[in-house]
Amino acid sequence: MTSTAIDSPGAAGLRERAGDRLRNALLVLPGIGWLLLFFVVPLAFIVVISLGRRDELHRIVLDPLTLENYAQVFNPIFLPTIVQSLYLATATTVVSLAIGFPIAYWISRYGGHRKTLLLVLVMLPFWTSWLIRTYSWMIVLRDNGVVNQALQAVGLTQEPLILLYTDFSVILGMVYGFLPFTILPLFVSIDRLDPNLIAAARDLYADGRQAFLHVTLPLVRPGLIAAALLTFIPAMGDFVTPDILGGGQVTTIAKVIQERFLDGRDWPYGSALGFVLTILTLLGTLVALRTLRREVVGE
Amino acid sequence: MSHERNRWLAAFAVTVYAFLFAPIVILIIFSFNDARRVFVWRGFTTEWYGRLFANDDLLDAVLVTFQVAAVAVVVSTVIGAALGLGLARLRGRGRAPAEMLLLLPIVTPEIVMGLSLLLFFLQLFDSTGSFGQLSIAHVTFCISYVAITVRARAAGMDPQLEEAARDLGDTALGALRHVTLPLIMPAVVAGALLAFALSFDDYVVTVFNSGIGTTTLPLYIYSAIKFGVSPEINAISTIIVAVVSLALLIAWRLGAFRGAARTPVAEPEAA
Repeated sequence: MTSTAIDSPGAAGLRERAGDRLRNALLVLPGIGWLLLFFVVPLAFIVVISLGRRDELHRIVLDPLTLENYAQVFNPIFLPTIVQSLYLATATTVVSLAIGFPIAYWISRYGGHRKTLLLVLVMLPFWTSWLIRTYSWMIVLRDNGVVNQALQAVGLTQEPLILLYTDFSVILGMVYGFLPFTILPLFVSIDRLDPNLIAAARDLYADGRQAFLHVTLPLVRPGLIAAALLTFIPAMGDFVTPDILGGGQVTTIAKVIQERFLDGRDWPYGSALGFVLTILTLLGTLVALRTLRREVVGE
Repeated sequence: MSHERNRWLAAFAVTVYAFLFAPIVILIIFSFNDARRVFVWRGFTTEWYGRLFANDDLLDAVLVTFQVAAVAVVVSTVIGAALGLGLARLRGRGRAPAEMLLLLPIVTPEIVMGLSLLLFFLQLFDSTGSFGQLSIAHVTFCISYVAITVRARAAGMDPQLEEAARDLGDTALGALRHVTLPLIMPAVVAGALLAFALSFDDYVVTVFNSGIGTTTLPLYIYSAIKFGVSPEINAISTIIVAVVSLALLIAWRLGAFRGAARTPVAEPEAA
């Protein structure tokens, strides 16, 4: 896109000083080194250990290397867990899109000079303790919680509704947690939409629904794809919400990983699951970012 | 007609914003409720806050949390700010891979980052968790956020300011210290506050890397939650929300989220 000469105005007449280049390299070096040592190398450990197995004393044996753990990942016994994870993440994504789209549209069209503030307000809960926000839903949803007390006080129900430790509470908790990831990409996409295009469609006698279906929707499709992926992926990797709001009833892939690691100590198998989750996450995010980028660059 | 739709949309938006904040507000309210089991308002009390100070396990957890956060903030701010500044200035072939490496820790599932560090320390040092291990883990997930915040500000800086200092005879390092550093300082402080907020309430990475005697506040709360809801948890949660919100509020005023919010789409030049 931009060449080096253009984005550094001083470079035209002044050659970049050797000292500057050395200094920039020195600035970057510790951070890059740290991330290589404590992020990339440990990831490589996962890959290697996922190819090992566990002996009777729970030690990791790497000789011979085996793909057994990956075969286990796709073992039919785990099919219900995978199906449940997919179901919860998909439901979370659909509900988040249904809620996020009107909000993103509203912020973009009617936010005016408060757009930034409104976006920050969406992001704020995300930055405030995940754990505590999830816990706060326990207070709201439990048998003698706020919702049930209110329903009984008004006389709508006699018995408390069972809301906590169900698929419903897990999906609610995840929608609550990941809504910012849905709204931000949708906002980027909708905010770039030229309102004149819709006005033009209306001038050509499209009704509101037709204009939405044939003009708005195709134009914001990249934003929708990105938003769906950026919601779906963390929902697949989340184990705090299923664990706290699902109780013992809900088992997901991430929860299995956590159990294998901390209770079962089956590190090779947990590593294989973790590696599969990482690959899926990185691929999904890459697709989401490419989709958004293509739109922004206007390729 | 469009006016009416506008009103419906606004009402919907208000509902969603209420949905985002209501549970936290309810939590705070009930931390002052004078009843142990019932979730009906029975009067105002600060009893639950008083009890926190008599709970030694909890106070230990608070201490450990602050110690880990202190290491995480100092180390990640120094390394991350340098990285962000360097990346904003860096030209040439190294840049794209460096940017990629910076984004990866944010994108990788937290659970995977946590367990990979556990395996790393287990294999190399036969350690299943310690203060040092936990601190290194926290630094690792904080660096990217600090770097992105600082880079956003440094990239918006006029490079000619530094050029001017150089033309006036300052050295590369001198220009950095006298011109650049004061200019990016708000972003550095914002990055440090973000790192604090992230470290202070991290659970997922922590659960894999904490050892005996390094139980942090989120770990303590998690195991307490497993036993059920209690007014003491509401009280300590309220304090955490207050501390973290304050850190974030200051970070935001200093311009933190500008860089963070822009990141996913502001990368086209890197390709």
